[in-house]
Amino acid sequence: MNSIVCIKRVPDTETRVRIGPDGKNIDPSGVKYVLNPFDEFALEEAIRLKEKAGAGTITVMTVGEDDSKETLRTALAMGADQAVLLRARPGMDALPVARALADAIRSRDFDLVMFGKQAVDDDNMQVPSMVAELLKLPSATVVVELEVADGRVVARREVEGGHEVVEFGLPAVISAQKGLNEPRYPSLKGIMAAKKKPMEEVDIELGAARLSVDALNLPPERSGAGFKGEGAEAVPELVRMLHQEAKAI
Amino acid sequence: MSTNVLAFAELRDGVLRPTAAEAVAAARGLADELGGSVDAVAIGPPGTSEAVAALGSAGADRAFVAEDESFRNYHPDAALRALEQVAAAGDYAAVVFSASMQGKDLAPRAAVRLDAPLATDVTSIAVDSGVITARRPVYAGKAMADVRFDGAPALLSVRPNVFTPGQRDTTPQVESIDVAADPTRQVVTGIESAARESLDVSEATIVVAGGRGLQGPDKWGIIEDLVDALGPDATIGASRAVVDAGWRPHSEQVGQTGKVVSPSLYFAIGISGAIQHLAGMRTAKVIVAVNKDPDAPIFNIADYGIVGDLFEVVPLMAEEIRKVRSSG
Repeated sequence: MNSIVCIKRVPDTETRVRIGPDGKNIDPSGVKYVLNPFDEFALEEAIRLKEKAGAGTITVMTVGEDDSKETLRTALAMGADQAVLLRARPGMDALPVARALADAIRSRDFDLVMFGKQAVDDDNMQVPSMVAELLKLPSATVVVELEVADGRVVARREVEGGHEVVEFGLPAVISAQKGLNEPRYPSLKGIMAAKKKPMEEVDIELGAARLSVDALNLPPERSGAGFKGEGAEAVPELVRMLHQEAKAI
Repeated sequence: MSTNVLAFAELRDGVLRPTAAEAVAAARGLADELGGSVDAVAIGPPGTSEAVAALGSAGADRAFVAEDESFRNYHPDAALRALEQVAAAGDYAAVVFSASMQGKDLAPRAAVRLDAPLATDVTSIAVDSGVITARRPVYAGKAMADVRFDGAPALLSVRPNVFTPGQRDTTPQVESIDVAADPTRQVVTGIESAARESLDVSEATIVVAGGRGLQGPDKWGIIEDLVDALGPDATIGASRAVVDAGWRPHSEQVGQTGKVVSPSLYFAIGISGAIQHLAGMRTAKVIVAVNKDPDAPIFNIADYGIVGDLFEVVPLMAEEIRKVRSSG
């Protein structure tokens, strides 16, 4: 079972976002960067599938700058076998990034290409479906349950109010949603082993972006509680205001 | 420059989803600015041609429809063929999808097929000297990005509950198109619905979200009762803490690793307001917070707050809301 898991280095979800001096990006100073949380589910699933099959290679791949090597090492420490850094700076436009990944994946031997359902920075949720389309492969996004047997896949993907059941053959593309599994923490042994695992570095040129950021702004501040009551006795007044002032009920 | 806008209208089991009208409404707003017309495209089972007539009130001038029994479930390959066919025959400045679970799966595939840029989860659309621009949340809404398209068509998926369909008195001209069901790379065999038939937290107009203050998975009866009191537009949400603790399913989670929601009314019950949670609900029109800690960060963004014991406050709230709703 060979898997390619595409990952991204992103700010930790507890980050308080500040706008950088160019007005188009966040201010990275003091921000803790982590492996995108949804990518952990993808990688964990790839590791479990490999363990179940008893054989295979897991390749982690990213489009990023040199600081992404640390993120790739984290993935190697979790259990991936080898890493590929496609060195470039990804922007808001997802299609050039998807093309770069598809080009790098195409010549490799794989059964599954796995992603987190979205990166928690740009929240684009585009690259997995795009890579599937570029490679002309079946796919399921936002997967919460995955069964792989005899070259066939049954995936349950999250949709509004339930799970959609999708069936297809390998090779295929999957994006992972929280709930798919419980990702493991890298063990000390894994961290030591990761240092010796191979990391390929390739300089790439991303295609021209056709979606660009004019400005990045903080959302308007909310003014905070105009009404702050104490205990159950405040309830009738609150409900009256919701009804008459806010017209929300 | 082309001025017409195409909207992809999503159906489930032969029924238009509410987000279909929202996608058409967003397309209508853009087409009005450009001075063009709005076409919708839909695939579905027999009867879809009749179902799409409802898109007229949201602003569709024409609707292209492909019917086949195998389109009852989501059929991405056929949907792409329909989109390609309609897009090739027309001249569209933009193609609008809903940022639903289907739209977010389909739109990036369409971006590859149409070789066009895509902006996800858009909350507003504008035209600046002939160039389409859009605003969209990033970092789960901790920041808003103003983006600019270079090249047509511009592909956009619009966030649910943001673009309100108008009430036009028009019926679209429906044209059927031939779209093959095969070949297909994947087959959707059906949808397994959640045990409790309810609105999805990303689409409900009222969300009652509970957090660690509920103290345990067996204490959610008061939340369910408040949802019930608020009527059919309300549903349950949850904080990351209670989802991680296994009290509630992940599908209910609001926040950066859950869903980003924009309901008209949001109740945060026993939720202190971690940054990643606030990011996921701060665009709600009205926020009500109930928490025993007067310094909880949730009160910094809530419009209405009650400091107190939620086990006393919430049942009374449900009772008072029932009174108000029954008196009209």
